[in-house]
Amino acid sequence: MLKYILKRLALLLPTLFGVVTLVFFMIALAPGDPARVMLGERATAESVEQLRHDLGLDKPLYVQYGLYLQRVVKLDLGKSIKSGQKVSEEIWDHFPATIELTIWAMIFSTVVGIIIGVLSATRKNGWIDFASMGGALMGVSMPVFWLALVLIMIFSVHFDMFPTGGRMNIRYYFTPITGLYVLDGILIFLKSGDIKVFISALHHLVLPAIALGTIPLAIIARITRSSMLEVLNQDYIKTARSAGIKERKVIYRYALKNALLPIITVIGLQFGLLLSGAILTETVFAWPGIGKWIYHAIEARDYPAVQGGIIVISTTFVLINLVVDILYSIVNPKIRLS
Amino acid sequence: MKKVLLLLLALTTISVSGFAKGQQSADGDMPAAAGDSKAGGVLVFAHSGDAVGLDPARETDGESFMIADNIYNCLVEFKPGTTEVMPALAKSWDVSADGLEYVFHLREGVKFHDGTDFNADAVVFSHMRQLDENHPYFEYGPWKYWGYMDMSAIVKDIEAVDTYTVKYTLNKPEAPFIANLAMNFAVIVSPTAVEMYKEDYTNNPVGTGPFKFVSWTKDDNIVVERNEDYWGQKAYLDRVIFKVIPDATARTLALKKGEVDIIDFPSPEDIPGIKATDGLKVVEQAGLNVGYLALNCEKEPFDNKLVRQAVNYAINKQDIIDGVYGGMGQAAKNPLPPGMWSYNDEIEDYPYDPAKAKALLAEAGYADGFSTTLWAMPVSRPYNPNGKKVAEIMQANLADVGIDAAITSYDWGTYLDKTDMGEHDMALLGWTGDNGDPDNFLWVLLSAPAAVKPAGNIAFWKNEEFTSIIKEAKETADQARRTALYEEAQVIFKEEAPWVTLAHSLVVEPMKEEVMGFVLYPTGKRVFSEVWLQK
Repeated sequence: MLKYILKRLALLLPTLFGVVTLVFFMIALAPGDPARVMLGERATAESVEQLRHDLGLDKPLYVQYGLYLQRVVKLDLGKSIKSGQKVSEEIWDHFPATIELTIWAMIFSTVVGIIIGVLSATRKNGWIDFASMGGALMGVSMPVFWLALVLIMIFSVHFDMFPTGGRMNIRYYFTPITGLYVLDGILIFLKSGDIKVFISALHHLVLPAIALGTIPLAIIARITRSSMLEVLNQDYIKTARSAGIKERKVIYRYALKNALLPIITVIGLQFGLLLSGAILTETVFAWPGIGKWIYHAIEARDYPAVQGGIIVISTTFVLINLVVDILYSIVNPKIRLS
Repeated sequence: MKKVLLLLLALTTISVSGFAKGQQSADGDMPAAAGDSKAGGVLVFAHSGDAVGLDPARETDGESFMIADNIYNCLVEFKPGTTEVMPALAKSWDVSADGLEYVFHLREGVKFHDGTDFNADAVVFSHMRQLDENHPYFEYGPWKYWGYMDMSAIVKDIEAVDTYTVKYTLNKPEAPFIANLAMNFAVIVSPTAVEMYKEDYTNNPVGTGPFKFVSWTKDDNIVVERNEDYWGQKAYLDRVIFKVIPDATARTLALKKGEVDIIDFPSPEDIPGIKATDGLKVVEQAGLNVGYLALNCEKEPFDNKLVRQAVNYAINKQDIIDGVYGGMGQAAKNPLPPGMWSYNDEIEDYPYDPAKAKALLAEAGYADGFSTTLWAMPVSRPYNPNGKKVAEIMQANLADVGIDAAITSYDWGTYLDKTDMGEHDMALLGWTGDNGDPDNFLWVLLSAPAAVKPAGNIAFWKNEEFTSIIKEAKETADQARRTALYEEAQVIFKEEAPWVTLAHSLVVEPMKEEVMGFVLYPTGKRVFSEVWLQK
C-alpha cells in the first residue's frame, strides 16, 4: 500500500512541472500586452514601456520562464500585477469560498445522485426510472449560469425562500476564522451563542450548491444506475435474494457496496472539475471564490495571478485524483496489485 | 444530509478549542447623530467589481474611486451633481496675476481618521510623493493619473508656507489646474498612516472624509462607517457597505428582493422592469462622456473634408442609440458632453441624410464610393456598450451610400496601441472626463500636439486654428473668456468633422424608494455623505 502511494506521489512532480510550464507559455504567448491593458486608454507610451520594464516583460521569454521556475520552486507565486499583493495571499483569501461551495455541491450531488441512481436501478423501466433519467439528461445539458439564474428567479425572487447571492447576509458582518463560513458560523455559535451567521451561511449556500452540483448529480445518478444494474444481475445477488435476505439489505449492503467503484472514480473526477468550473456559478451568485478571481485576473492579463491560480487549482485537482485512486485501491485491492 | 450536518457539528465541537478570535458585530451599534430624524441605518450599495486599491493616487478605475470618494477629501471638490469646483479642505485660494502661483488657505481643526492633524505638511506630503522622484514614498507608485494629467510638467514645486497655507508653483499657466485638484489622485492622505503601512497603505486608507474605512473582504465587500469627527456636515448613515455583485441581472434581483439598497450599472433591458416595481425608483444623469467614430485624417479619403461630412450624414445615430444603448444614451453633436460648461448648444448636428451623403461623396470625387476599414472596440465601455454592434449598424449605413467598410477588431490592449499609432481608417473610441474641464476633452482628443504618435487624437486631425484657440483657453484664467473660446472651437470642429460624434451615455442608478438625497455626479462619483434612509 505504502509503495503504491509513494509511487503515485512521485508522479506528482513531473505532472506539476508540466502544468507550470504549459500555463506559463500559454499565457505568455497569448495576444495582448498586460502593461497596456492595465494602464488603459489614457496611458502614455513611456508609462507603458516603464511598466513593461518594471514587470520584467521586456526580458526574453526563456529568461522570464527561468525566473518563474526559480520562484515557483521556492513556493513564491509572485505579486499580482493588478493589486500588488502577494498572489499566494490573494489565493488564500479566495480559496476557502470555492472549497466550501464545492464541498457542499459535492455532498449534494453525491447524496442525491446515488439515491436517484439506486431508485432508478431498482425500479428499472418504471416511471421513477424514466423521470429521473430524463431529469438527469436535462441536468447534464443545462448551462450552469442559466440554471443559476432560473433558481434565483424561482426560489429567491418568486418564492422568496433564499437570498439571490453572496455568502452571508451582508448586514451582519464578521471576521472570518477558517474562511469556511458554515464552519465559522458554528465556531461563533459555540463561542457566543449567536447562531445567525451559521444559519445565514447555510441559507446562502443552498442555491449555489444546487446550481453547481446539478451536472455532477446527473452524471453520478446515471453511473450509479448502470453500475447498480450490472451488479444486481450477478449471481450472488440472486443467491442472496433467494436466501430470503431483506431486499433493502440486498440493495444497500451487498449491491451498492460493489457498485461503488466506478461511482467513486466519477465523484473524484467531478470534484476536480467543479473546482475549476465554479466560475459561472460564482459570478451569478456573487460568490467571492477563486474561479471569479482567476477570471478577473485573465481579463487584466495579470500573469502571476493567473499562473498562481491555475497552479493551485491543478495541484488540488491532482491531489484529489490521488486520494481517489488511493480510496479506490482500498475498496478494491486488486487494482493496486495490477 | 442531516447526518452529514450532525457529523460536521460534532467535528467542529471537538476541534473548536484552538479557535477563539471570531468576532461579530451587530447592526446599529453606532450612536445616531443626536436629534436628527434622518440619521442612522446601514446602506448596501451593489457595484459590479471590487476596488483595485484604496490609495486613489495609485489607481485608475471607477470602482476604487467610488470608495475613495467617501473616505477622502481633496483641497477642492465638485459641487454635488455638477462639475463646478467648490472649496473643501482649502477654504479659499489666490492665483497670482501670471497664473503661476496658487496659494491655498486650509481649513483648520480638521483631523484624519487616525486622529492626526490635517495641515499644510499633509498636503505637501500627499502630492510631493507623486511629483518628487526623491521623495521617500515616491517608490510606492506608479502614480498613474498624476502622469495622465501631465502634472509633473505642470507643477514645479509645492511648499508649506505655514501650518495652514500651501503654495503651488507652476511651470506654465494652466487653467484646468484647480479642476485637476478635485480629482481622485489629488486626495489628501494621512502621512502618519502612509508611513506606518507603506505599500500596504492601499489596504488601510486613512483620510479626512465623511466615512472611515472599517474592513475589506476582497471581491466581496468593503465597509465604511460614519466619521463622528467630520469637519463638515456629518453623514446620516451609520455605515455603508459596498457589495460586489458582478452579474448585472443578479444585481437587479438583489435590489428587487431588498438585499441591497442601490445598484450600479443595471442592464439597459432591466430598466423598464425596475421602474415598474413598487418601492423602487431610478435616478438618472447624463454621463460626462462621449463615444465617437474617429476618421483618420492622415489617410485617404478621410483627408478630404467632404468625405468626412458625408460619413456624418450617412450614419443613423438614432438607430444606434435605440438599438445598442437601449435608451441609456443620447445622440451627441459636440465632442463635449452636455453637462459641461461651455457646451455649445447652438450647434446643429448633421442629420441622417443618405442622399446628401451621396452628393457630397460625388462632389469629392467618390461617386462610386470606396472601400475602407471600420475598427470596432472589443470591450464594453460606458460611452459605448457594444462596439461591434455599433460597427455593424454603421457598416450597413455606409453601404447604403456606397462605402464598403470592413469591420476589424483586436483585443483591447492591441486595439489601443494600434489606434494610437494611426493604423486604422475609421475607429470607434470614446472618453470619460474626469475633471469637468473642457480642456480634458478638447486638448487630449483633438489638439494638434495630441496627434503626435502614439496619439490621444486618433483622428490625427491637425487644425491650427482650432489648436491655437484651445491653447489660448487653456492659458486663460478668466472663465467667461474661456467659455467663448471653447464655443468657437466647437464650431470649427463641427464644420471640419474629424469625428462622427456618436453618443453620451445616460448614467442610471436604480434604488429603493426610501433612499433619499442620492445625487449622481457626471464624473461618476458615488458620494454617500448626504444620503439618508426614510424610515
